[in-house]
Amino acid sequence: MSGRPGVAAPLTARKGTAVKNRGYAVYLIPGILASIAVIVVPLVMTVYISFTKWTGVGEPRWVGLENYTRLFADANFWASFGHIALLILAMAVVPTILGLILAAVLFDYIGKHFGDRWAAVLRSGYYLPQVLPVAVTGIIWGWILHPSYGALNRILESAGLGSLAKNWLGDPKYALYSVMFVMVWFQLGYPVVMFMSGLQRIDPELYEAADLDGASWWQRFRKITVAMIRPELYVVLVTTTIASLKIFGQVFVLTRGGPSNATLVPSYFAYKNFFEKAQVGYGSAISTVLTVLIIVLAVVFLRLQNRADQS
Amino acid sequence: MTVTTARAPRRTVKATERKSFRDRHPTRFLILTVLLVLLLLMVAPLLVVAVNAFKSPADYASNGPLSIPGHLYWDGIVDFWNRVNFGLKLWNSFITSLVVAVLGVILSVFNAYALGIGKVKGRIWFLVFFLVANLLPQEVLVYPLYYLSKQLGLYDSLWSIIIIFTVIQSAFGTYLLTSVYGEFPKELLEAAAIDGAGKWRALWRVVVPVSRPTLAVLFTFFFIWTWNEFFLPLIFLISNDNQTVPVALGVLQGDRMMDATTTSASALIGILPAMVFFLIFQRTLTRGIAAGAIK
Repeated sequence: MSGRPGVAAPLTARKGTAVKNRGYAVYLIPGILASIAVIVVPLVMTVYISFTKWTGVGEPRWVGLENYTRLFADANFWASFGHIALLILAMAVVPTILGLILAAVLFDYIGKHFGDRWAAVLRSGYYLPQVLPVAVTGIIWGWILHPSYGALNRILESAGLGSLAKNWLGDPKYALYSVMFVMVWFQLGYPVVMFMSGLQRIDPELYEAADLDGASWWQRFRKITVAMIRPELYVVLVTTTIASLKIFGQVFVLTRGGPSNATLVPSYFAYKNFFEKAQVGYGSAISTVLTVLIIVLAVVFLRLQNRADQS
Repeated sequence: MTVTTARAPRRTVKATERKSFRDRHPTRFLILTVLLVLLLLMVAPLLVVAVNAFKSPADYASNGPLSIPGHLYWDGIVDFWNRVNFGLKLWNSFITSLVVAVLGVILSVFNAYALGIGKVKGRIWFLVFFLVANLLPQEVLVYPLYYLSKQLGLYDSLWSIIIIFTVIQSAFGTYLLTSVYGEFPKELLEAAAIDGAGKWRALWRVVVPVSRPTLAVLFTFFFIWTWNEFFLPLIFLISNDNQTVPVALGVLQGDRMMDATTTSASALIGILPAMVFFLIFQRTLTRGIAAGAIK
């Protein structure tokens, strides 16, 4: 799945009712121990290692902020985050906008005029890419876009459009755009499903009232549909944006960050430093920066959501 | 397909359907056509894969990717299956995902029992912790986990992946389930207490059975997420015998022995298990995506 739903669900804070709540704490012990071993200790270690020089064997050598100063002067680092900006467009912005329109049309138009079954079938079809393992979607598109034996170029050639055939993933000019296209294909179904489930909440009378008032489809779309599913809108945007910051699998399978770093992303950049170059300190600095960025982003999103809920 | 949409009374649906076919409106069919073309574009890659997985390399070379195979050519699939010992990879993926889903649900239930129902002190901080754990990219955990698992002799073993994903998935499960248990009916717990049930019995006799639908959603999510994971298994499962399906397929990309038909054969056998899960779990899944998002 792309994003994990629910990350932005509100914390249910409720004070009081501390009646007889002794004896429950013991149930937290396994969870706490496991989280310390798998999450807390590795996280602290990575942050520590990011201030050292280490090849993965022997003792790490403390170097202070050296990795970070090197990082901020590294063109590849800035390039990898620049690529993420484009990938956010492809994985979060475009699927959200398309998904919103599709969900509204399916729910409000197709469902009404052709029956819910049509809407459900179309929705499931759009959702299909989401259920495939990321690595498998990479294989499918890696083959379709392959320069010599790939399906796309073969189809273009047989249609007499051979001049349009490109080395889609191997040419630095096109590689990132090809990856972006694949990601739109992969992500589209998630917002469609989310928004359609949100639309269930809308009272049909609202639409009828709008119709009576002579509202156009576009007005209804903006004033009712978008306004009512704002919670889903936030969840989709935050989960897909975070998913694009974390993207690894597709890039690994499609391009391995190449050609000549044209599709390099932070997670792959970190992976290369960890496991190919044995620059563990530097790799840790990259992943620490990525983590900080994700958490800041999540906090900003939650703040925005809370403010919007209050107004 | 999923019928969550069919909440509206059946009668009205039928009525509108009938009406629509009486007064056919050109723009209506135009919009439907656009949506169907989009559907075709979305599933086209999978169709192309399915068609070419059954072609001989010669057939592909002469007829291209869009022709229907002259005859069903199974050798590509069979060869690939045997070459990567795919049965074993399926088993590795299955057993890992199953154990993670079961243990992950149990761990989430324990955590949420203490936080959601027990409302233990500092629960907000625990929830913040699980929320942040949810957001962490695996890259920030991977090297220490790799290093520590080597020290413990768990490297290149399915157990390493099982332990790590149980904890990672339960961070999400705890978060979701705590908000569900926060609304758990007090009367049921009080009734159990009056019957003399302790906390342990109340958990298994009351809380777990009542929240079964949510637990089913969590189980489904954990299973499929673990099945689809790529990054950590790629790093931890290096020997051929331990690879999971995505890793086995992913590392073969760019292999010199891969050609058009072998690649589509490999993609097809990677797609099929996912499709099977999708069909088995689709109801739980669509319900769960919605449930997880807005409680």
